[in-house]
Amino acid sequence: MPSGIKDKVAILGMGCARFGERFGDDAEQLMVEAYGEALADAGIETAQIDAAWLAVGFDAMNVGPSGIPAAMALRLPNIAVTKVENYCASGSEAFRGAVYAVASGAADIALAVGVEKLKDTGYGGLPVRTRGTTFDMIGVVGSAPGNFAQLASAYQAKHGVAREDLKRAMAHVSVKSHANGARNPKAHLRKPVTMETVLNAPIIADPLGLYDCCGVSDGAAVAIVCTPELARSLGKTDLVTVKALQLAVSNGWELQGSGWDGSYFPTTRIAASRAYQEAGISDPAGQVSLMEVHDCFSITELVTMEDLHISPEGRGWREVLDGRFDANGANPCQIDGGLKCFGHPIGASGLRMIYENYLQLLGRAGERQRQDGPVFGLSHNLGGMPNQNVAAVAIVGLEGA
Amino acid sequence: MPNMPDESRREVGITAYGAYVPRRRLQRSAVHQAHAWFAPGLKGLAKGERAMANWDEDVVTMATEAARDCLGGEERGSIASLLLASTSAPFADRQNAGIVKEALNLSDAVTTLDAGGSRKAGTSALIQALRAVEGGAGETLCIAAERHRSRPASEAELLDGDGAAALLLGSDRVIARFLGAHSVSIDFVDHFRAAGAEFDYVWEARWVRDEGYLALAGKAIAAALAAFGLAGSDVDHLVAPIAARGVPEALAKATGIAAGTVADGLSARLGDCGTAHPLVMLAHVLETARPGEKILLLGFGQGADILLFEATAEIERLRRPLGVSGWLARGRSEDNYMRYLAFAGHLKLDVGMRAEFDQKQPLTALYRNRKTVLALVGGRCPRTGAIQFPKSEIGVPVDGVATTPHEDYPLADRPARILTFTADRLGYSPDPPGCYGMVEFDGGGRMVCEFTDVEPEALEVGMPMRMVFRIKAVDERRDFIRYFWKAAPAAGEA
Repeated sequence: MPSGIKDKVAILGMGCARFGERFGDDAEQLMVEAYGEALADAGIETAQIDAAWLAVGFDAMNVGPSGIPAAMALRLPNIAVTKVENYCASGSEAFRGAVYAVASGAADIALAVGVEKLKDTGYGGLPVRTRGTTFDMIGVVGSAPGNFAQLASAYQAKHGVAREDLKRAMAHVSVKSHANGARNPKAHLRKPVTMETVLNAPIIADPLGLYDCCGVSDGAAVAIVCTPELARSLGKTDLVTVKALQLAVSNGWELQGSGWDGSYFPTTRIAASRAYQEAGISDPAGQVSLMEVHDCFSITELVTMEDLHISPEGRGWREVLDGRFDANGANPCQIDGGLKCFGHPIGASGLRMIYENYLQLLGRAGERQRQDGPVFGLSHNLGGMPNQNVAAVAIVGLEGA
Repeated sequence: MPNMPDESRREVGITAYGAYVPRRRLQRSAVHQAHAWFAPGLKGLAKGERAMANWDEDVVTMATEAARDCLGGEERGSIASLLLASTSAPFADRQNAGIVKEALNLSDAVTTLDAGGSRKAGTSALIQALRAVEGGAGETLCIAAERHRSRPASEAELLDGDGAAALLLGSDRVIARFLGAHSVSIDFVDHFRAAGAEFDYVWEARWVRDEGYLALAGKAIAAALAAFGLAGSDVDHLVAPIAARGVPEALAKATGIAAGTVADGLSARLGDCGTAHPLVMLAHVLETARPGEKILLLGFGQGADILLFEATAEIERLRRPLGVSGWLARGRSEDNYMRYLAFAGHLKLDVGMRAEFDQKQPLTALYRNRKTVLALVGGRCPRTGAIQFPKSEIGVPVDGVATTPHEDYPLADRPARILTFTADRLGYSPDPPGCYGMVEFDGGGRMVCEFTDVEPEALEVGMPMRMVFRIKAVDERRDFIRYFWKAAPAAGEA
């Protein structure tokens, strides 16, 4: 059993660009905006960075291949820059690369950059793209809402939930995220919405309506990490350290095996269990102060409450309606607005989640700051679709927790 | 000389039959209504309905369905050749019969042939196939299918119907004995369509009726009867695929065949399936033909083919396919003429940027994976029995242990049930909302696939489905059609 990553790496600084339809900016401006904030927060110079990871989900549609776009935009000093792509979990992947580099001793200070420039496609939503030669012959490309909407059909059938009840629970997820996003100056969507608006919105992929779906955004987020010792020597006092980084990738069981009923994410369950163990968390619901989950669709967030072992299976929809995950609930989820309202620039999203948890742990989240002294912040970053995916769980927390 | 049976030849004939009729039935009143401002004269034809192919159906897919209806779950290893007749097959050079052969997962050691060039091609192919079987060619599948495109506001638009029929020919357990055939070939041009042209050019109906059906075909029938040594009154079923009203009856009268023997032309609910229509009508007659009854089949087009069959006692023992009646009973009324126009390619809608996705098919990959893609063959682990689609070198682990390389396991004829579903209004579909989800096969195996011929509101977890061979996508830049399997409601559902 590996000893894990707990407390071996500290976050020295983070930054996040304003997310949204940044029609006036290239990926370059977005990266520079987030990087500038992170660099100032870390209190270092570019020359001090030893290695970097760049996350982009749809590179063919924006920055192009390789790590070079980040090296050039940020004028990194000819260090190793690796481009990573793991569907929508790419941002977590870049963070993992940087954290592991520091933990191994190969780098003193490492950089993770996530960026996505999606608003050059000419239409809303994710770009339609190939998923490989074999898949294109026998798979269903569909749309992201169509792929995730199927969770709802299976969840309803498995747990005997009426369509109207599930629609209301899903609507509550989105209403809550809009309320949270309204208090976040960097969020893409900052307008509160009512249950009525959400329930009456046009259907995108049955049963998901417009407000059950997050949009896509332009944006970037950056993390600079180093060892706790180095962070202290650089003058940091309150340290946020990495407690767990876990990634579980589908091997085809859901899609091709037998036994999966389509209503949950086995990968998320596996990654969460491993992450709690790595972080030394025995009572997730009691110990995890804040959750940033991959709410690409309301139904994803809802079933993820169960897959993270926070809600009992089949009870998530009721607990959503009871307000357990609201900003003032027992287990706040998406206190920054989530993918739904902060926005979803694919490559940046995993880092954006960690950014929010980092701010909250340090008491720097402004108007939306949770007041009860958060200790552990969990982020759940999912790539792919329910039947084939990459589930990343990262837990950061106060040093010593 | 007419071809007559003699003692030296083996008894051959039809051993099984099947048909296919697409689910949507375009209401002719809706067509007339749309054209009333321009072509009010169509009113006389504006009764009943015609079968209309879905956007993902063509001659290849309909032929495949008719063949599956004909073959049922029977062992297909004895089929030695496959013929496909049509004037509207999708490929001019990529054998259409060859695609059907792959979809049916037949042995590679079969002869395949496309027949076309005339509406008579269905009966001509049948004659050639029967003679080949007489000569010892082995079991032969003769299929005819048509998805004829006619110009909007033409009479043909109302008279046509899309459909297919398949006949299995052989010498074992013959249900309709082949008694002989007679053909005349005469360049009588009632209509024509140049190679590459979109639509037919059609001559005056009265001339076609008098000089074509009544004179040319009438004479051919008379000559055939004389050669068979039969009188018109010996015929129990006259299968005369002529859409013009009253003409089959007039033809019967002219040749001494009783008026009551004229087979249903299926115009009220199906329409004229062109090259396929003689075989479609014959398949329909075989549903009710009794032992000993004689069936005279006409094929017309630049001449005429006459075939004579006699039903045997075996016909009452045959497994009943869905057949023309079964497919007709499963129709869904379509009164949206715009949808028909779009499906038939007459109306270019603004499909949006999502439809710009490049559908280029790597032909190398299609060839490597042809059993997976075209025949829906999955895999089975010889050790655990686990079934998987597609098959793989290392199977999905069972109880934590990865399984060994798979053996072939055909899934196309396995019943399936819906596990997850959605109706997607965002992704591009020629018939939104695009419905898809995961299905699980009875006996094991699962896949995510598109659903077709479904009503979105009828979808539910557990719904019984059957797999169908359909067009997955069209590469419009290179004029290539990508076929794959989809799930459709099982017979009796939706």
